[in-house]
Amino acid sequence: MNAALVTMRGIHKAFGGVAALDGAELDLNAGEVLGLLGHNGAGKSTLVKVLCGAYPAEAGEIRLDGAPVEIRNPRDARRLGIETIHQTLALADNLDAVANIFLGREIVKWGGALDIAAMEHAGRQVLARLNPHFTNYHVPVGSLSGGQRQVVAIARAIQFQARVLIMDEPTAALGPAETAMVGQLIRRLQSEGMGLIIVSHDLHDVFALCGRLTVMKNGRPVGHVRTEDVTQDEVLGMIIAGRMP
Amino acid sequence: MKAGLLRTLGIDPRLAALVATLGVIWLGLHALTDGAFLTPRNLWNLAAQTAVVGIMACGMVLVIVTRRIDLSVGSIAGCVGMVIAVLQVEMFAPGTWWNPWFTLAIGLAVGTAFGAAQGALNAVLGIPAFVVTLAGLLIFRGIAWLITSGRTVAPMDPTFQLLGGGFEGSIGGPASWAVGLVGVAALTGLRLAARRRQQGFGFTTRPLWAEAVTILLMAGFILGFVAVMNSYTRPRTDIVQGISIPVLVLIGVACALEWLARTRRFGRYVYAIGGNPEAARLAGVPSTRIIIGVFALMGFLAGLAGAVATARLNAGANSTGELAELSVIAAAVIGGTSLAGGSGTVVGAVLGALIMQSLDNGMVLLGLPSALRNVIIGVVLIVAVWADAVWRKRSGKAAEA
Repeated sequence: MNAALVTMRGIHKAFGGVAALDGAELDLNAGEVLGLLGHNGAGKSTLVKVLCGAYPAEAGEIRLDGAPVEIRNPRDARRLGIETIHQTLALADNLDAVANIFLGREIVKWGGALDIAAMEHAGRQVLARLNPHFTNYHVPVGSLSGGQRQVVAIARAIQFQARVLIMDEPTAALGPAETAMVGQLIRRLQSEGMGLIIVSHDLHDVFALCGRLTVMKNGRPVGHVRTEDVTQDEVLGMIIAGRMP
Repeated sequence: MKAGLLRTLGIDPRLAALVATLGVIWLGLHALTDGAFLTPRNLWNLAAQTAVVGIMACGMVLVIVTRRIDLSVGSIAGCVGMVIAVLQVEMFAPGTWWNPWFTLAIGLAVGTAFGAAQGALNAVLGIPAFVVTLAGLLIFRGIAWLITSGRTVAPMDPTFQLLGGGFEGSIGGPASWAVGLVGVAALTGLRLAARRRQQGFGFTTRPLWAEAVTILLMAGFILGFVAVMNSYTRPRTDIVQGISIPVLVLIGVACALEWLARTRRFGRYVYAIGGNPEAARLAGVPSTRIIIGVFALMGFLAGLAGAVATARLNAGANSTGELAELSVIAAAVIGGTSLAGGSGTVVGAVLGALIMQSLDNGMVLLGLPSALRNVIIGVVLIVAVWADAVWRKRSGKAAEA
C-alpha cells in the first residue's frame, strides 16, 4: 500500500506543564474523510492545531506522503497544502470577503502592489462555487451572517489547491440548510482526492460523512475504526470509557 | 438616499461627514471673526500650522489600527529636532551644501531607530505599547535635554529653514499649479486604470457619470486648494506664495501612507492585525515584523515632524513637540480612527488635524484665552467620538438588515 497522505506519530504538546497531547497519532489517506472524536479536553483540537502549525509540537513525527516534514508555523502548513477551517473561523472582521480569502497569500502585481482586481475576480469565482447567492464582496465580514462567514472561511481553505483540509467543528454554528451545503462540499472535495479531517462532537454528522474515525482521550489515541464496522453506541463507549469496543 | 448617492460615487460617507463638519466650522468661524477666517492669508497659515501634527497623525492611524498607541511621538520629534540642530549648528561645518541634507538624514534615521526599538520591545518582548511608549515619552524628552543641558540651539541652516515654510519656504505659483495638475492627472489615471482592470475581469463597475462626478469633485478640491494657496502674496508685494514646503511634505506623507495602506501587503496586514490578531497569525501574517515596521514608520514621521517644527522655529528647542502626542492622537480619533483597532484612514486623520487646527486658529483670531481653547477642543474630541460611535452603531445595523 502507498504511504498515507498524512501520518502523525508520538505527538507531544504541553501547556504550562499540563500535557495536552501525550503520544497522539493520526493517519489520513487521500480521498478519505477522517472523523476526529473525543470529549472536550481530549486533545483533538490541539492535535489538528499542531498539524496546521498554530502550535508547534514538542515531540513527535509528522509525515506527508511518507516523507518527514517540519511544521513550525501556519506558513509551513499552508506551503505543504494543509488548509484549516478553524472553529472560530479566524476571519479579520474588519476586512471584506476577498481580503480574507487572500490574507497572507495576496496576489501581487509586478513591483509588489496588491492586484485587487485579480483577487476579486478569483474570490468571486470561489465564493460563487460555494454559494451562488453570495454577493457581499465589499462589506466587512463582521457584518455578514454566520453562514456567510462560514462560506468565506471555506472559500479561503479551498482557493489554494489544498491536499489536506482540516475542519474544526464545521457545522457547530450552522442551520440545517447550511449544514447540508457543507456536507455536499465535503463529499465533492473527497471525490477530488483531498484528505479531510473533521473534528466534531456531533456523532450523527460524523457517521454520515466520515469513512474512518479516530477517537482520543486525555491526549492519547483510544483507537482507529472504520465507520461501517461500529455503531454510534460503540463509538460513544470509546469516547467515554476510552476503550476499544 | 443620500448614503446611496455617496455609495454610487464611491465616496466614504464618514470622510464626507468630516469634510461637511470642516465646512460648517469654517463658515461659523468666518462669521464669528467678521470675515477674518476665510482669507488666503489665514488659510495659508492654517495649512502650514497643520503640517506638524498632520504628518504625525498619518502614522498614528496605522499604530492605532493595530490596536496600539504611541505616546512618544512628541518626545521623538523634540529629540530629533535637537539632534539635527546640534549636528547642523555645532558639529558639522555650517554653510556647506551637504550639511542640511546630511543632518536631516541622520535625524530621520534616529527617529526611525527609536520607533523600531519601541516596536521591538512591544512585538518581541510583549510589553504593552502604552507602557513602552510612555517610557519613550520620558526617555526621548530626557535625551533631548541631556544633549545640550537644556540649551536652545540656533540659528539653523538657511536651506534647512525652508522645510519650515515661511516666506522663502514656498514653491511659488507656477510650481503649485504644476503640483495640482499632476495630482489631478494621477488621480484620474489611477481611477480610470482601476476601472478598466475591473471591466477586464467583467465586474459591474460604477456608472461612467458617477466616476466623472467623483473625479471632478476631487479635482475641484485639489485645484481650489492650489488657487487659495496661490492667492496669498507676500505682504506689500505681489509675489505669489503658493504651497508652502511643510504643507507639501504633509501632502507627500499622506499620499505615501494612503498608497501603503491600500495597495501594499504591509497595509493589508496592519488592518488584519487590528481586526483579529489571532486570525492574522493563523493566516501566516508576519505580525512581529509588521508591528516593528509600523512603529519604525511612526518614529520616522515623528522625526520628520520634529525637523519641520525645528526649521519653523529656526532653533532646536527642548519644548519642541511637547504634548504633541495628545494632538496627534486626537486628530486621528476625530478623523474616525477607532481605538479598538482595525479601522481608520490616513485622509481622515489629516482632516482631523485640520479640524483641530482650524478651531484653534479661529479661536486665536477671536482672542479666546488658551485655557478656554483647550476646554473647547476637549469637548469637540468627545463629541466627535460620540458621533462616530452613533454612526457605527447605525451603519452596523443597516448592514445586518
